[in-house]
Amino acid sequence: MSLPVSLGRPASEPRRLPGSGALHRIGRAVRSNRKATVGAVLFVIFFLAALFPGLIAKDSPTEDAYLPKLGLSTAHLLGTTAYGQDMWAQVVWGTRNVMIIAFAVGLGTTAIAVLIGVAAAYLGGAWDGGLNVLTDVLLVIPLFPMLIVITAYLHSGGTLVLIVVITAVSWSYTARQLRAQALTLRSRDFLEAARVRGERKLYIIVVEVIPTMTSLIVASFLTNALYAVLFASSLQFIGLGDPNTVSWGTMLYWAQNNAALQTGQPMWVLAPGVCIAALGAAFALLYYAFDEIGNPALRPVRKIRAPKTRGQA
Amino acid sequence: MTERGPEPSPELLRTDHLTRHFKIGGALSRRTLHAVDDVNFSIGQREIVALAGESGSGKSTIARLLAQIYEPTSGAITYEGKPLSAIRSRRDRLRYSGQVPMVFQDPFASINPVFRVSHGVLRSLKLHRPELTARQREAEAARVFEVVGLDAEMLQRYPYELSGGQRQRVGFAQALVTRPKLILADEPVSMLDVSIRIGLLNLMAKLRDEEGVSILYITHDIASARYVADRLIVMYAGQIAESGPIEEVLANPRHPYTQLLLSAVPDPRAEPSVAAEIDHGEPPRVIDPSPGCRFRWRCPLTIEKCEQVTPVLSQLIADQPLPGHEVACHVAQTGAEVKAFSS
Amino acid sequence: MTDPPVLEVSRLSVEYILDRGTVRAVDDVSFTVGPGEFLGIVGESGCGKSTLLFAVAQLLAPPARLAGGTVRFNGTNLVGLTDKQLSVVRWRQLSVVMQSAMNALNPVKSIGAQFKDALQAHGTTGKEEIHTRSAEVLRMVGIDPVHLHSYPHQLSGGMRQRSMIAMAMLFTPELVIMDEPTSALDVVAQRSLMVQIKELQDRYGFAVIFVTHDMSLISHFSDRLMVMYAGQVSELGATRSVFDEPRHPYTQGLLEAFPSIRGPRKPLKGIPGSPPNLVLIPSGCRFYPRCPRRWDQCKEQAPGLYERDGSLVRCLLFEDGAKPVPSTADDPAADRSPA
Repeated sequence: MSLPVSLGRPASEPRRLPGSGALHRIGRAVRSNRKATVGAVLFVIFFLAALFPGLIAKDSPTEDAYLPKLGLSTAHLLGTTAYGQDMWAQVVWGTRNVMIIAFAVGLGTTAIAVLIGVAAAYLGGAWDGGLNVLTDVLLVIPLFPMLIVITAYLHSGGTLVLIVVITAVSWSYTARQLRAQALTLRSRDFLEAARVRGERKLYIIVVEVIPTMTSLIVASFLTNALYAVLFASSLQFIGLGDPNTVSWGTMLYWAQNNAALQTGQPMWVLAPGVCIAALGAAFALLYYAFDEIGNPALRPVRKIRAPKTRGQA
Repeated sequence: MTERGPEPSPELLRTDHLTRHFKIGGALSRRTLHAVDDVNFSIGQREIVALAGESGSGKSTIARLLAQIYEPTSGAITYEGKPLSAIRSRRDRLRYSGQVPMVFQDPFASINPVFRVSHGVLRSLKLHRPELTARQREAEAARVFEVVGLDAEMLQRYPYELSGGQRQRVGFAQALVTRPKLILADEPVSMLDVSIRIGLLNLMAKLRDEEGVSILYITHDIASARYVADRLIVMYAGQIAESGPIEEVLANPRHPYTQLLLSAVPDPRAEPSVAAEIDHGEPPRVIDPSPGCRFRWRCPLTIEKCEQVTPVLSQLIADQPLPGHEVACHVAQTGAEVKAFSS
Repeated sequence: MTDPPVLEVSRLSVEYILDRGTVRAVDDVSFTVGPGEFLGIVGESGCGKSTLLFAVAQLLAPPARLAGGTVRFNGTNLVGLTDKQLSVVRWRQLSVVMQSAMNALNPVKSIGAQFKDALQAHGTTGKEEIHTRSAEVLRMVGIDPVHLHSYPHQLSGGMRQRSMIAMAMLFTPELVIMDEPTSALDVVAQRSLMVQIKELQDRYGFAVIFVTHDMSLISHFSDRLMVMYAGQVSELGATRSVFDEPRHPYTQGLLEAFPSIRGPRKPLKGIPGSPPNLVLIPSGCRFYPRCPRRWDQCKEQAPGLYERDGSLVRCLLFEDGAKPVPSTADDPAADRSPA
């Protein structure tokens, strides 16, 4: 049994199933990388809050059942708004809205970007040219003003509108990136081997090319989710979202309307603000960590403390 | 193992005036790169033909032309009597790619790292031998792995777990599984350690002798060509300089370039000698060439004709017509003794 | 040895600290290079030859680290010196030619500009002086000085490599270390480059350490040859001696693995198998799994370097007073799947 040079596997080690191997590797990678651990922990907290808000916050977020402008107390962990709503409940229930937007936009933009970017790279020629024009046009237009214009035109929309609009506008960045990576892969021998083997183009794109780009695809999901959180909250803050949705951005909108900071209700602004920052940071940390895991060259170089070599005169 | 195979029988593949040009340069200065020009050769059954040359000689382009990755600019390729240009339907293309598969140079880039090494083999089976059931496919994959000298259980490994030599064997397995008649091997051992190369070369000889497969062995290493091949084609600047039975060409090289190549091949067993006239030059990139021999700038034996007329590959005239030994050199064709570079 | 050696490497070891463990890429390597001598270091991938070179030139970067040993250049130990202290030696007395010129040369600077950088970095500042010297070294390697204005991509592969050598010659150092400078070149260009190097060496008298995987290439040019395997020196001796009478079974196997273009055609075997994984270092001889002449003791006892007729061999067959009894129990050809 010849031992391959690169791996330290003795001959007798049992073979693991591929699925569990990948998960195991990811788990170990997350634990070993500090950024990944922090990001993952934050993310899990928000994820659970989005799944089970009722377990964490007992009150309804919308019912104005309490005395307004109450401070922090055990009954109201974050106090109440100027309308008598429990803020803790609002923050917790608002997580669901934000997470839905983040995931939907993340998945949507990544899917479109993969399709367009990779297809452009692999099909080349006129297809590449046409798709590039489309991508570039969108790239050039500043994102946020375009978002404002579109949502204003639609007379402010609910969650679905936000998702669709942000997705439609953001895919171009990632499409560019994915196309660039797909282009470098195009000349790789194993793709030429697939072609010579007789595989169809679509098969090559979907089965041979895309799986080798998984790290970039996951990374683009994380970036787009991050930006979705920021954009959606910003749009809601300036009133272009549906103000009746329970979300962090809409909390900020109402807080602004009631001059919360000036009237001594800082928590109304702080609570949603910190949450937006924290969830954004979670995505960002996971993104950096993923980048490092996928690309070992980016890993922090461990300072090796060289033992003082016993100097031989 | 290194015995010559049986006499080459009916030809399997033939090229006639095969030419491939590439357009280079921007919109303002369009120029043409002559990668392959007017190449004629044939490959018979059960033989290994070595296509040797330095980088830029056009040998890799020829492989890609034969694999239908590129279309010829002009000229024809005939396989089993039928021209490749007649292959249009998907079914015909599939059939040809099954009979004439390719093995690539870089063992680290030619296998998709995401899948197990069985992936390519099983896919080839699925595409080219659709009549097999899943179980038959697995059995066939195992059989082919054994033929190339790998354990059947290696099918479950990932590429990163295999050494370079093992990966190249996987490449041969992928080619073998479609029951090919001719394997195009593009520098299959150049990126392997020396101690491993012989194993792969022995495998190629075994495939010729036991499986009856012909191989076009593209290489820049003449010594390895001599080890496995029956015939040798020497390429220079997109054209064939010399070709013939390999022992004959190596014993009596007639083209000055062949002599230069042979003199430059290091041989540890030979007496150490540093040849007096050492050529500094490298093969040219042939862009918009003028007629005349492309080797003339480096050749010490040029005559006037070399500057004006591009030599054509043909059998030597004044000598006994040696079966199959052809040279594209005006000086050689006059029958004069060609002693350009001593080895 | 009449003159003191230019370079004396003693018990050098290099480790790579990786996630999966510590890899001892170079293990206890010692050798010397005399003035004007051409030492060839030969080995296959993973044998540690490039790492050794980097260690000698004090160019190791994390995760690699020097795990022991000294590198004496003209008597001074280079290990542990600061960059400032090393700059006195670097390029003036010891220069390095890297494997791929396209990687080592700056693609956006002309050759002349890069020579100027090197000259200025080591003390030469006069414009006139810089130009003269740059033109001189280019002429030394057979390149027209007009190419001082050329960019690397405008030169052919062979010319690029030769300009790397010219750059290494700027201060006519005493020792030039070369890491596979010919591997990217075709056979004719390779030979011409080797001849060029040898000519320069004869004329200027510098010593050369030449690392390569191509044993046959080095055979006509080196004075002494060092064969490495799995991080260790497996054989070291005069080139002719190593070629005519290879002692270590690995060296024998390597020489056998080169098909010849002259002489009779005969079947060859190569050396099936792969080098050992250096994270789990085997207890006995590292070549044991692939050795056709092994015996039982080789598995347990790691051989030292033994002297025989002026060569050093790391093989128990040459242990003083060794009486090797080839093992009849196991067939060396078994359990060796092809590599």
